[in-house]
This record gives sequence, C-alpha cells and structure tokens, in this order.
Amino acid sequence: MDDHILEMRGITKTFPGVKALEDVNLAVGRGEIHAICGENGAGKSTLMKVLSGVYPTGTYEGEIVFDGQPVRFHGIRDSEHVGIVIIHQELALVPYLSIAENIFLGSERRGRFGLIDWNKANAEAGELLRSVGLDENPVTPVGQLGVGKQQLVEIAKALSKDVRLLILDEPTAALNDTDSAHLLDLLRRLRDRGITCIMISHKLNEITAVSDNVTVIRDGKTVETLSLHAGEVTQERIIRGMVGRDLESYYPERESHPGEEVLRVEDWTVWHPTQDRKVVEGASFHVRAGEVVGIAGLMGAGRTELAMSIFGRAYGRNITGRVFVHGKEVRPRNVAEAIDAGIAYATEDRKHYGLNLIEDIRRNVSAAALNKLASKGFVNGNEEIKVAEGYRKSMNVKAPSVASVVGKLSGGNQQKVVLSKWLYTDPEVLILDEPTRGIDVGAKYEIYTIINRLVAAGKAVLVISSELPELLGICDRIYTLSAGRITGELPVGKATQENLMELMTKEKELVA
Amino acid sequence: MTRTVPPSSEPEAQTSTAPKDVAPAVALHTGTSDVRALLTSNLRQSGIYIAFVAIIALFTVLTDGTLLSPGNVTNIVLQYSYILILAIGMVIVIIAGHIDLSVGSVVALTGAVSAVLVIRQGMPWWVGVLAALATGLAIGAWQGFWVAYVGIPAFIVTLAGMLLFRGLTLQVLDNISLSPFPPGYGRIASGFLNGLIGGNGYDAFTLLIGGIAVAGYAVSQYRSRIARIKYEQPVESFPLFVAKIVLVGAVVMYFAWQLAHARGLPIVLIVLAVLIIAYSVITTRTVFGRQVYAIGGNLAAATLSGVKVRAVNFWIFVNMGFLAAIAGVVFSSRSNGAQPSAGNMFELDAIAAAFIGGAAVTGGVGTVVGAMVGGLIMAVMSNGMQLMGVDQSIQSVVKGLVLLLAVAFDVYNKRRAGASR
Repeated sequence: MDDHILEMRGITKTFPGVKALEDVNLAVGRGEIHAICGENGAGKSTLMKVLSGVYPTGTYEGEIVFDGQPVRFHGIRDSEHVGIVIIHQELALVPYLSIAENIFLGSERRGRFGLIDWNKANAEAGELLRSVGLDENPVTPVGQLGVGKQQLVEIAKALSKDVRLLILDEPTAALNDTDSAHLLDLLRRLRDRGITCIMISHKLNEITAVSDNVTVIRDGKTVETLSLHAGEVTQERIIRGMVGRDLESYYPERESHPGEEVLRVEDWTVWHPTQDRKVVEGASFHVRAGEVVGIAGLMGAGRTELAMSIFGRAYGRNITGRVFVHGKEVRPRNVAEAIDAGIAYATEDRKHYGLNLIEDIRRNVSAAALNKLASKGFVNGNEEIKVAEGYRKSMNVKAPSVASVVGKLSGGNQQKVVLSKWLYTDPEVLILDEPTRGIDVGAKYEIYTIINRLVAAGKAVLVISSELPELLGICDRIYTLSAGRITGELPVGKATQENLMELMTKEKELVA
Repeated sequence: MTRTVPPSSEPEAQTSTAPKDVAPAVALHTGTSDVRALLTSNLRQSGIYIAFVAIIALFTVLTDGTLLSPGNVTNIVLQYSYILILAIGMVIVIIAGHIDLSVGSVVALTGAVSAVLVIRQGMPWWVGVLAALATGLAIGAWQGFWVAYVGIPAFIVTLAGMLLFRGLTLQVLDNISLSPFPPGYGRIASGFLNGLIGGNGYDAFTLLIGGIAVAGYAVSQYRSRIARIKYEQPVESFPLFVAKIVLVGAVVMYFAWQLAHARGLPIVLIVLAVLIIAYSVITTRTVFGRQVYAIGGNLAAATLSGVKVRAVNFWIFVNMGFLAAIAGVVFSSRSNGAQPSAGNMFELDAIAAAFIGGAAVTGGVGTVVGAMVGGLIMAVMSNGMQLMGVDQSIQSVVKGLVLLLAVAFDVYNKRRAGASR
C-alpha cells in the first residue's frame, strides 16, 4: 500500500486574490484507480493542471514525486514525457482528421525522409483501437464518431504515448449509461495492465463501482482519502466529505397536485436536417400544470431533437404534428414565436447554446425577454439590473453582482443563470434538457428545489435526463423515448431503473 | 475583465475625442465610487483613452503645439470624418462577428453615382445625396441578403463586393474622374456654420453650440443619476459627479474655442456628432443593439433565445451600406469630385479603428465610442507625422505597428484576466 506512483505534497496554488489550492496532499498507489471528487470549484481541475504541468513549476508551492523521483514540469510535454497523460472533459480531438491522425498528432509515425508512414500509423492505430475495444476503421474522421467513441480514441491516444498515469476529467459526463459502463470496464482492464488512473467524477455510483481509493477535496483543501476496498464507504459517506454536512436526501420532497393540461404534443415527427431519416417519429405526450414529467432515453434516442423541434423548429426539417398550449393549438415557426406561445427550453449544453459567456449576468438573464424591458425599442437598463438582481438573489447565484461575467461562474451558477433567463420569459411550460449535467451535488439539490418551486406555482415542467435516478427522484410521470419513438409512459410510482431501461432499449432490439 | 463596459464608464476621456459625442444617454452602470475605481474598472477601455491623451501630448510636443492649433484641429475633423463615419458602421459589423471589406469600394460607387447625377446631369446637389444614400442602402441589402439569408461568410461576400463595386464605379464613371461639384455640394464636407450671431475675432455661434452641448450633457447625466438613485444603484459621490461634468465641459469648450478661432463649426462635425450619439444609443440601449452583441457573443445561444438572427444580420449590413454612402458623399464633397480610385483602403482604416478601439476579433465586444477613439488615434498620428514631414512609408509602418500593439495589448489583458480565474 505504501508503493505510491505519485505523491503530491503540500500543493498550494494562488491566483490573484484567490487561494485555489491550500496545502493539498495526494498519494496515488501504483496500479490503482484513484477517484478525486469534490464540488465544482473545489480545486480538482486546478490540482490536475498543476500535476500535468499546465501550471508550470514555480507557479505553485509544494512538491510532486512521481515514481520515487521529485519532478518539475515546465509544460505538458514534460509531464507526458514521464508518462502522465490528462484527458480533459472537453475532448481535444480534431473532428476533420482521421482516428489515426488524431492518435498520432504531435508524435507522428515517421518513415523514410521524415515523411509520415501512413501504413504503419494506421496499423498501429488499429491495434490501439482494439486494445480499448473500439471497432472502427482508423481512417474514419473523428467527427463521425459519437462522444463515447471519441473518448475511447482519446484513451487510445494516451496509450500510444506509453502512459503510466492516466488522468480523466469527468470522463462519463457526456456519456450514456452503456458507454459509461464500457468506459469503466476499460479502466478496470487498464488497471490490470498496470496503468494507474486518476478519475475526477461527480458520479458517485461510478466512483464506488470502480475506484480503489477516493480523495475528497473541498474548498481547495484535502478533506480525506477513503479506501473503497472494505466496502463500508457509501455514496452518502463521500457526499458528507464533499459538502461537509449530511445531505438528508438527494431530492427535495414535493407533493404532487397536477392540474389541467398545459402542453400537449400529438403525432410529432421530425426529420434529420441533412440525412434522410426520421429522428422523432409520431411522438405524442402531454404535461399538466403542477407536474414534472420526465423523458428518459439513451443518447441518440432523439430527446434533445424532440424538445428543440417543438421549441420553434430550432431543429430538424419536415416537421409534422400538432402542439397545444392550454388546449389551444400553437404553430411557432421560430424561437421567438415559441417563447411568445409560452414555451421555454433550457439547453443541455449551456456553454454553447445557453449563455453568452463573455457577457454579464444581467444581459444573460434578459436575453430571451428583452422586449419586456423595452419600450419603443429602448431597453430600460435600470429595470434590467433590478430584474437580474432579483433572480440573482432568489436563485442564490453565487456572484458578487449582476455585472459578473457568466463565463467565470461555476457550472451550477451558470445553470441558475440559464434558468433565470427562461423564468423571466414567464413560460407556461419549461423544458429542461439535462438540467444538472456537470454540476455538483449541492447545486443539483438547489436546481431541484427551483423546479419544485415552479410546479408549485402551477407551471408545467418537462425534464430530459440521462440519469434515471434523477428522473425517478423528481418526476411525477416518465415517458421513455427510444430511436425517436415514445415507447412507454409510467407514473413514477411504478417506474424503476430496470423497467425504464427496458423501455428505453425496446425499439432498438426490434430494429436489430 | 474581458468585456467592454459601455462607453460612458469613462466619460471624461471620451470628450476629448469629439466634444458633442458624449452620448449622455449611455451613462449606465459600473458602480464606481472613486476616480481610481473609475479608471481601473476596465483597463482595456481606460487604456485606450490614456493612450489617446498620451499620443496627443506626444505629437503636440513634437510639432511645437501645431497639432492643437485652431486651424489644425479643424483640419483633423475635416480630414478624417469619413473614416470615423465608416468606423461607426464597421464596429457594429465587427461586434456581430462579421467583417466588411467592401466599404472603400462603396464609398467610391456612391460618390460616383452622386457625381454623375450632379456634375454630368446637372441635377441639384440634394438629388445626388439622396441617390448616393439609396445606392448605399441597396448595396447593404444586397450584401446583407447573401450574408444573412444565404449564409455566406461576410468575409467572402464583402471581398466579392469590394471587386464588384469597384468595377461598377469604373463603369459609372467611364474610367475618368468627374469634377468639380457645384458649391452647394462642397459645403457638406468643407462648409462651416459661423458668423450667425457675430463675434470679435472668434465665432460666437460655435461657442454657443459648445455651451448647449455641455448643458445637454450635464442634464442627461443628472437625469441618469436620478434614475440610478431611484433604482437604488450605486452612483459616484456628488463632488466627483460635478468634477466629471466640469472636466467634460472644459474639454468641450476648449475644443469649441479652438474651432471658433479658426473657421467656425464644420458642418461635417455636426453630422458626425449626430451619428455618434445616435449609434451609441442604438448599440447600448436598444433591443436591436443588444441583439447585435448577443449574436456576436454566442450565435447559437442568441438563436435559442429568440433573436431573429437573419433579420438582425441583414439590417447590420443595410446600415453599413447607409453609413458607407454618407462617407461617400462626404468624401466626394471633400475631394470635390469622384475618382475611380476613391476610397481605396478605407476599409482597412475603418477596421483598424474598430480594433484599436477595443472591438474583439471574435465578436461580441466593442463600442462606437471606442471605435471613434481608435479612429482618432490613427488620425492624430497621421496628422502629427504629416506635420512633422515624416515620410509616407514610415507613417504606414508606424500605423501598422500601432494596430498590432493595440490588439496585442487586448489579447494580453484577456489572458491575464483569464488566468486570474
């Protein structure tokens, strides 16, 4: 147990005005899977950037011992040289290049005259792909692969560099359950081959499933390292370390009093914008006032596509079907009309589709309902500040003022800004696509509380989520979507992860 | 801080640019309570003003004070007004994440259309102006159509436009220059309002206008302050507030005094001031302006927030065409005719002005007032170097380096701001 491949001792990293890390210690045993968890902003990513040389030696205090030797990295090349490879949450692959080209980017396989030997590269890439269990041709452009497969390409790339310590930042955040399971399985196999892994993750069930040890970081300090071998450490135990208190429940209590129907969608069919296939086919569902309805589906089932096509045809073509809001048919042709019709859609990808990251809270909150603040085309800036300030307080957005740039907020606070923006449009029905993706446990609980507050006020909420426990925890009813078709509808009392999963995979088996 | 605060956060500096453009209505936020905070609240914005003052000081010394002499101050306004007008439209195009390479050719074509009607056909001067504006709007609609509705990058559309409209200029002019314009047309760029209420060696009317501008500024600042207090937002301390207005007033009156001792109030300065105030308000206070920033900041997020992106993009280019036409009229008036090569490279000066003035290459950031300061920095440098008799080639080198350093400074600041996260 004392055979540590990596020891980080007394790491302190200060940014102007903020102490991001304070005397952090981390010891990772050889050949183990070591999880690091902590709330957003706890300092996990900063620690990994120190380790991988993104923050070069000298910009932090403390020492790093790798394989018994003190090391000083001046950049990522130095850390890669000794076999430390980091795979970031946002994958760093070039979509237009082939798998092989991506794998050997920066370490090209040279042949005669220094030219690239493509046969050799593709052959080697093929081998690497087999070792990560990815059945794809190495000449396939990476952009054609799904996120799960791209993650595997990243790992293959790491393996090509003779990795000894592999760091994965939120590896399963964007993956569905099948791909996640596959990835975790791969991590176990890599461990068996003697590769040490550090995994940063919010998903405690995955941590308890695969990790040997878990180090909990809170507010830039190491709280504890727990061994998961004995089997005594529960998810609740880890959460207590992360938040410094017991979370009584993941999901706030709510009494359900569904009222009359707010949103009804009938026979909704959507075609892929460029390919000749249906993405959503004949979907019908409804949501009542004061009700939280979930849509469960695997990645690629058409969940986001369904939501966005309803939201003013923001996705797809040849859309047919009917949408009713409060019993009246609406035909929004664009997003502005959808908003007017009382529909709001908070995207699954807040950084790319939800927020203007270079603007402040104030301008993001007002972005979807500027007309409410304007008369004759002129925006009342003071009123806007007042509105944004109101949401900042009621949503508990942690920022000094509404003039704070949203790009600098943590994921949970950004999500609260997104919700504020949509609440200010005063929607009848709010569609939330992956409302808690990539945010920490505490903020998740706050988001659930906000959802409860909305339905208590008589709004209808439709939640799309990859996490079945989340749907089971907050919804009244759950629809399952598979390959673009609604395959089931269950009241939450009758739904279990098992029967939902069965419905979510139903269509696929019929097709296969 | 990567984002540019609305121009009014540094009101004392913007006055030194063009006195009437103090766009009082834009005075909005930043809860600054002392001068230090006011200056450091946004290094990028205040940096550009400090640089502007420094450049003025430098060239004033180097030219033994000629730079700030009444005649020369008037000259700078007349000489660079059309670049500044173009820069207003350009900064809006750039904020939305586009670029317009065609404005130089549009200046030439609109001027040529006007010249053909007024000089060759003998029509009244205002027919020429209206025809030029109509041509500019049509060109803007043409380019806006391709960018917004067909989805071709503005770089390509306007590169094509640059060739297209230059070619049409040659066609319209039959490859020859047309001149001179009748006197009425010439007054647009070279005329002055003076002597309306007399004076003793100076023009009292110019001073009166200066005084009205200062009073208007003070009143609007005061009203905005009252509104902020009503909404319980932080305002600067009252002495500082008064000091700010006195400083602005002093700079404006000094500028007016200089003009009054030369030839009076240039007509083109009135045009420019109206445009600057109007577009400052449009960009910062209207729904349209905010949508421009939203599109440039994150196109996808703007689309999913209900912004009608295509319509906004279309009107951005129509507006650019309109302003390019005004610049075309001013330029043809100033050069007293239309030449096939008119407006060559103007697009580069306008783009440089926007970027020196703090606009971001990636879109979403920039201000009209910043672009004006950027344009004036180029103007003062060119003018100063001309007065010193610096060779044209060296001037070009210096201007190129200033553009590069200004953007490098911006990038450096952003990186520092990013690292302090």
